[in-house]
Amino acid sequence: MKFRFLKDKFFKHLMFMCIVFSISIVFLMLFGLFIRSLPILQQKSFSDIFLSGTWHPLRGEFGFAPFIVGTLWVTVVAMVIAIPLCLLTAIYLSEYAHRRVTVFLKPFIDLLAGIPSVVYGIWGVLAVIPLIRDYIAPLFGVRSTGYGILAGGIVLGIMVFPIIIQICVEVFQSVPKELREASLALGATKWQTIKHSVLRKALPGILAAIVLGFSRAFGETMAVLMVVGNVPKIPKSIFDCAYPLPALIANNYGEMLSVPLYDSALMLASLILLLLVLIFNILARLILIRVERSTQ
Amino acid sequence: MDCQSHICVNNLNVFFGKEHILKNISLKIPDKKITAIIGPSGCGKTTLLKSFNRLIDSYDGVKVTGEILVDDENILHPNIEVTHIRKKMGLLLQNPYPLPMSIYDNVAYGPRIHGIKNKKKLDEIVEHYLKQTNLWIEVKDRLNAPASRLSVGQQQRLCLARGLAVEPEIILGDEPTSALDPISSKVIEEKFQELSDNYTIIIVTHILRQAKRLANYVIFLYLGELIEQGTAEEIFENPKEEMTKAYIQGKIS
Repeated sequence: MKFRFLKDKFFKHLMFMCIVFSISIVFLMLFGLFIRSLPILQQKSFSDIFLSGTWHPLRGEFGFAPFIVGTLWVTVVAMVIAIPLCLLTAIYLSEYAHRRVTVFLKPFIDLLAGIPSVVYGIWGVLAVIPLIRDYIAPLFGVRSTGYGILAGGIVLGIMVFPIIIQICVEVFQSVPKELREASLALGATKWQTIKHSVLRKALPGILAAIVLGFSRAFGETMAVLMVVGNVPKIPKSIFDCAYPLPALIANNYGEMLSVPLYDSALMLASLILLLLVLIFNILARLILIRVERSTQ
Repeated sequence: MDCQSHICVNNLNVFFGKEHILKNISLKIPDKKITAIIGPSGCGKTTLLKSFNRLIDSYDGVKVTGEILVDDENILHPNIEVTHIRKKMGLLLQNPYPLPMSIYDNVAYGPRIHGIKNKKKLDEIVEHYLKQTNLWIEVKDRLNAPASRLSVGQQQRLCLARGLAVEPEIILGDEPTSALDPISSKVIEEKFQELSDNYTIIIVTHILRQAKRLANYVIFLYLGELIEQGTAEEIFENPKEEMTKAYIQGKIS
């Protein structure tokens, strides 16, 4: 066989190995975390771990419900804040703004993506927390220290801005100009065109942007940890403190590992977090396929 | 010209940035006839067509001077409300662009944005225009299927039905058959001939044979300038300008 064919074969297989390697890391992680969290899974019942709200490692009580609920709350609040703002920003940038304005403004949004998460955390403590304590909470007749789900949600929401905006702008720009012309030519206004044609065509892309935003929001640790208050109790309102899973792991790993099962419990926390993100991604993908099939 | 003119263009100039695309164009488009705009690619045919319904507004750095009178109304006037002008003109693009929704919704889109909500009325409109474009039999059992599942030829007829459903007076076609197979092209051409009894039709085409088959009136553009306009017989049998003669004989393209 000629040498160039050998080379062709070699590279084909090399690339395949690379793919296998990168995919297998996910499974290795899942497997590793599962092995390490086995001790707690074997000794405690399912309801003790997932449904109980008491977290007392020294007494051997590891109820994960507050952390799971906390993670979900913060993420959902963040997305409720981020999605409408990002969509409107992206629509403005791609549909209404003059080209020069877009070129001028986009770097600022990209800049948001480059700010380290600690800085977001500090900003949250200095700006968002007083705002909630002195203005927002009193508005609803609640006394609050300012630390809590709302603060976490606001900070996190702003952190996912750049991802969602960037992807949405690109998605909008990939919608063919002729589609807009087809709608405009029927006498539709710009907003009718955007609402009925552009957004519909872009829906799968928008969903993908939201999924990416969510995945980032689930796992974000530092900034959230600094503003959510970190109290292991099931939160009842958005002004309550929460303790999301990433914060639990970051705050406690490396300490108190002499407590029996503590180490295993933190591994389980990581496993739950990973599974949450995974399940969310799979669900989102399924929805995406449906949407694509129905609109195309 | 014995017939009444529907669109009247006076000293139209269009610039894209520094580029002078259309140069001092003045012409008349007859009512309820088929007018073909011919000329080599890049001569400004499409720009002229898109000036008629002011779609060129959405291009960056565009500047338009002169006037375009549609039913004696200058549509380039800054205070004019654009959507009612566009409603008067159905547009058929080179490639069909069905809106990302069902076949039914595509046809109902126009009537809906212009305020028709009555389901029964919409049903009637959709059926009527799908029948008019010979699509009804092919799609009547799958009106709720996405329009993108139709063949390209069917999509173009759907786009025609969609355009007719807003009850325009004028139909603009930007090389409307160039992406279609011969049979679909023929269907569209026949439709145009039928529709010319009630509509003013303007098509841009680079296919001379198509212009000969369809047009009553021909406009020849070359590099942004209007070289000659006249009835089809005049232009094809007895052109006055050397340039027109050369183009029709295939010497310039």
